[in-house]
Amino acid sequence: MAIKIKAPLTREDARALRAGDSCLISGKIYTARDAAHKRLCELVSRGEKLPIDIENSVIYFVGPTPERPGQVIGSAGPTTSYRMDAYSPTLISLGQTGMIGKGKRGAEVVEAMKEHGAVYFGAIGGCGALLSRCIRSSKVVAYDDLGAEAIRLLEVEDFPVVVVIDSDGNNLYDIGRESYLAARAEARSDEA
Amino acid sequence: MKEIKATAVTETVKRLCIEANCHLTDDIKNCISSCYEREEWQGAKEILGRIIENYEIADENDCPVCQDTGVACVFLKIGQDVHIDGDLTRAVNEGVRQGYTEGYLRKSVVRDPLDRVNTGDNTPAMIYYDIVPGDKLEITVAPKGFGSENMSKIAMLRPSDGVEGVKEFVIRTVLEAGPNPCPPIVVGVGIGGTFDKAAYLAKCALLRPVDERNSDPYYAALEDELLERINALGIGPQGFGGRTTALAVNIEKFPTHIAGLPVAVNINCHVTRHKTEVL
Repeated sequence: MAIKIKAPLTREDARALRAGDSCLISGKIYTARDAAHKRLCELVSRGEKLPIDIENSVIYFVGPTPERPGQVIGSAGPTTSYRMDAYSPTLISLGQTGMIGKGKRGAEVVEAMKEHGAVYFGAIGGCGALLSRCIRSSKVVAYDDLGAEAIRLLEVEDFPVVVVIDSDGNNLYDIGRESYLAARAEARSDEA
Repeated sequence: MKEIKATAVTETVKRLCIEANCHLTDDIKNCISSCYEREEWQGAKEILGRIIENYEIADENDCPVCQDTGVACVFLKIGQDVHIDGDLTRAVNEGVRQGYTEGYLRKSVVRDPLDRVNTGDNTPAMIYYDIVPGDKLEITVAPKGFGSENMSKIAMLRPSDGVEGVKEFVIRTVLEAGPNPCPPIVVGVGIGGTFDKAAYLAKCALLRPVDERNSDPYYAALEDELLERINALGIGPQGFGGRTTALAVNIEKFPTHIAGLPVAVNINCHVTRHKTEVL
């Protein structure tokens, strides 16, 4: 049974989630990928104000295809998250509580998640046509010149994700693979 | 001598860019649905079900299967008896520009790897020219996403490493990639040639339908063995655990130097796209 959660995501809600939980996110989330993250962190290092509300924010690592006339957004699945590893700890320390992407994260990101109470969600990579159906509205709020890499504010409804790394550092990529291999080994020994 | 107009090349490339991005080929779809049937791990089966639902939505709505509509890799087999009326390279790039703009595909190419300014129209394409006998021009467009491209690797093995060294390198590459390239993946392997030729062979291997084995029985058996061993790793769809880590392993080989054993592994995700047309 999927857990319904709201975005922006409070630290309390983020800390309650466990690796492996299936969730449906409703509310407001930002999009940002490589180029936008780089600009955000440059602003931070210069001590300037961010163009987004970072407190309790959930950032979806995505660069959608252009919307056709009448469409809210084009295809919009997750991009590989490790490319944001250089930037995520800074944003988490400023109040970001959720990230949506796919793939592994570095130790520095997990440490920041544990310290501040943040969670890393996985959306299904390569399912951009399906995932865009959960996006109700989309508005560019910063860096329009970056095209697909601009920061958008999305309103999502029941956007399906899985908790990959929780705020205690438990990791579904390890747990999921280990439990599958253990179950398979057990099935084999039963056959023997 | 057959005359082909550059404008016909542009039209064809444009159409292929759009079709390849919105509609997966039957071999990939059949392979994903048979993996869905065979998958025993519940969470993995659910993800494969979502993947099927996704390409069905793309088919029905003519929309991109994945938002990473890739860099356009264009493979040209140019018959020796063909004359192109116009600039062939420019015609291909114009087709990519029109296809990505008019087809509402994402523009993902930057003009310089270090200054990283987007070209705004997804050009230039990565074009591979091959001269073949005959009077036809075969054009294949294969949009390549970079989540999987980034997990690809090349190794200059020693001849003494032999087939065991090749197997070990391929499996290690897939294991290290883990969830990053959006498994289930297609694994393209190039063995032999030179440093660059091996990488090219690996890319070409991804163009072969996943239900077609290497015509050399030795390499066909090697493909089967690698697929079985990769699917025993337990990575599973999206890396959450399960049987279906890879859909296929395709190997291409070429003669090489007495001192070398180049091996390249080019990884593709389940959105393995390519479309061909002959003029």
